[in-house]
Amino acid sequence: MTTILETRSLNKEFGAVIAAKDLDVQVAKGEVVGVIGSNGAGKTTFINMVTGYLKPTRGEILFNGKSILGHSPRAITRAGMARSFQVAQLFPEMSVIDNLIVALAAAESPRPSFLSPLRSDARIARAEEILVEFGIENYRHSKVTAVPQGVRKLVDIAMALIGNPQMLLLDEPTSGVSMDEKTGLMDTVMNAVRQHGVTVLFVEHDMDVVERYVSRVLAFYSGEIIADGKPAAVLADERVRDLVTGHRHTHKKGNGAS
Amino acid sequence: MRFDRTEISLALIAIACVLFGFVSPGWLIFLLTIALSKALVVQGVVMQMRSGLVSFGQGLFYCIGGYTVGMGGQFFGIHDAIAALALGIAVAIVVAMILGLLLTRYRDIFFAMLSLAFSMILFGILVKSQELGSTDGFNVHNWTVFGWAPETGADSQQTVFTMTILAGLVIAIMIHRYTKAGIGVICEAVRENEVRVEYLGLSPRWLLYGNYVAAASVSALGGGLTALATGHVDPEMAYWTTSGEFIFIALLGGLGHVAAPFIAAIVFSVVRTYSIEFVPNTWQMILGFTLLGVIVFLPKGLWSLVSREKSGERT
Repeated sequence: MTTILETRSLNKEFGAVIAAKDLDVQVAKGEVVGVIGSNGAGKTTFINMVTGYLKPTRGEILFNGKSILGHSPRAITRAGMARSFQVAQLFPEMSVIDNLIVALAAAESPRPSFLSPLRSDARIARAEEILVEFGIENYRHSKVTAVPQGVRKLVDIAMALIGNPQMLLLDEPTSGVSMDEKTGLMDTVMNAVRQHGVTVLFVEHDMDVVERYVSRVLAFYSGEIIADGKPAAVLADERVRDLVTGHRHTHKKGNGAS
Repeated sequence: MRFDRTEISLALIAIACVLFGFVSPGWLIFLLTIALSKALVVQGVVMQMRSGLVSFGQGLFYCIGGYTVGMGGQFFGIHDAIAALALGIAVAIVVAMILGLLLTRYRDIFFAMLSLAFSMILFGILVKSQELGSTDGFNVHNWTVFGWAPETGADSQQTVFTMTILAGLVIAIMIHRYTKAGIGVICEAVRENEVRVEYLGLSPRWLLYGNYVAAASVSALGGGLTALATGHVDPEMAYWTTSGEFIFIALLGGLGHVAAPFIAAIVFSVVRTYSIEFVPNTWQMILGFTLLGVIVFLPKGLWSLVSREKSGERT
């Protein structure tokens, strides 16, 4: 399979703290990769480095075989790698539909028009389709600060997908979302992702979500990857159980409990 | 080209103002001309406020616009008012394109103070320039419009008033469209969440840069019209209190509508003129209380009175 994302000996140090240590990761096109790890394990640091938010101390990042090291987040986004955030990054004074319309305009051109209206009929129609696709059409005119957390997360992810990225990085897509909403949210997101044929890498704390949606898991601990493989194998790994998931989580296929 | 309700209303108000100018006393025409010219500078301040930046140095472009008109007539033989105004805008654009490269790297108070610093640098240069009249400034040469020379006095006042109204109308329509256009809305998005804008593949810095240059050009036009109306320019145009006045008017009007700066500028001019007339020693206090009252009771500016009325009509 063709590799879409590759990191080579990626390191990040914050003073004496090593947040990422020699990370060698390869993600193939079409894969859905889950990233697990306790708080401070370096998961978000990894995403932040790959998407240009943080500059690695050492190492190399290749996207579609080309180095993106030192590129700005916008350049990386334009190259085809989008992301969502742990805390949904939206425009709080705008409505849900206006957030989507801004994302649509941004996807069309890096140089927005000076005089033609942003809220064109074509963009409104496309935004309506996206609202329906994500099941949030009832919130179209609500301010994003007034909608439930799950809806905010969906808007955040929808905005990331609007530019038709080749790869999508989701940072804890279900954090702050109630247990009942998680599956619905992830089903919606994964359906949209499949339709767009996007490679996905997502950070997640809920092992049930990980098991359900990913084809491969990377387990982080203290800035290192301690396991990489099929979900069943990684979640059954003794080091992962000791250092990441804790003993409370027992792989479902083992005894049906979690 | 299609015009929406706001644009048609603005055009009708502009026509009414031009007609009103023919029957108004000279002092009122002058007051309105200065107020509306300053409102154009305030439009530049408001454009930047919408993107989350407060310029404490918009007097820089006000002064550039004014001095270019003055110098065009005095030193370069440019007596046509339209050409002089256009030159003022061009000079402001060039200066903004240079300064914007640095300024748009900064946000919040750092942007505010740096913009103020550049304005004060110009003030310092002008004060030291004997050829430009130092602190006294100099008079603007008699001007023409497409070859027609208005009589000095009432005729000239009437002409510059009409020009200001027309310029105000064109700029108001352009800004109205700009605020609804891609760059206008996305500049507001930059104010709300710069990180998200960046991750949509846009450069917040270049958006702010474009906005800064556009705001400078509008402000320079205001400066040029002021110079034509008063017939005089001086370094005070770049002084920090002048820039403060523009922020005062911007806060007074609010960011809610393109008409707000025009209304606020007229209210400001009337309050100041009458305060100076009736309480010459405490007029600043009157202005201070006015702003205090607006901030406390109308935090979104005078325009919120109109928008409240409109929303009341709908319910």
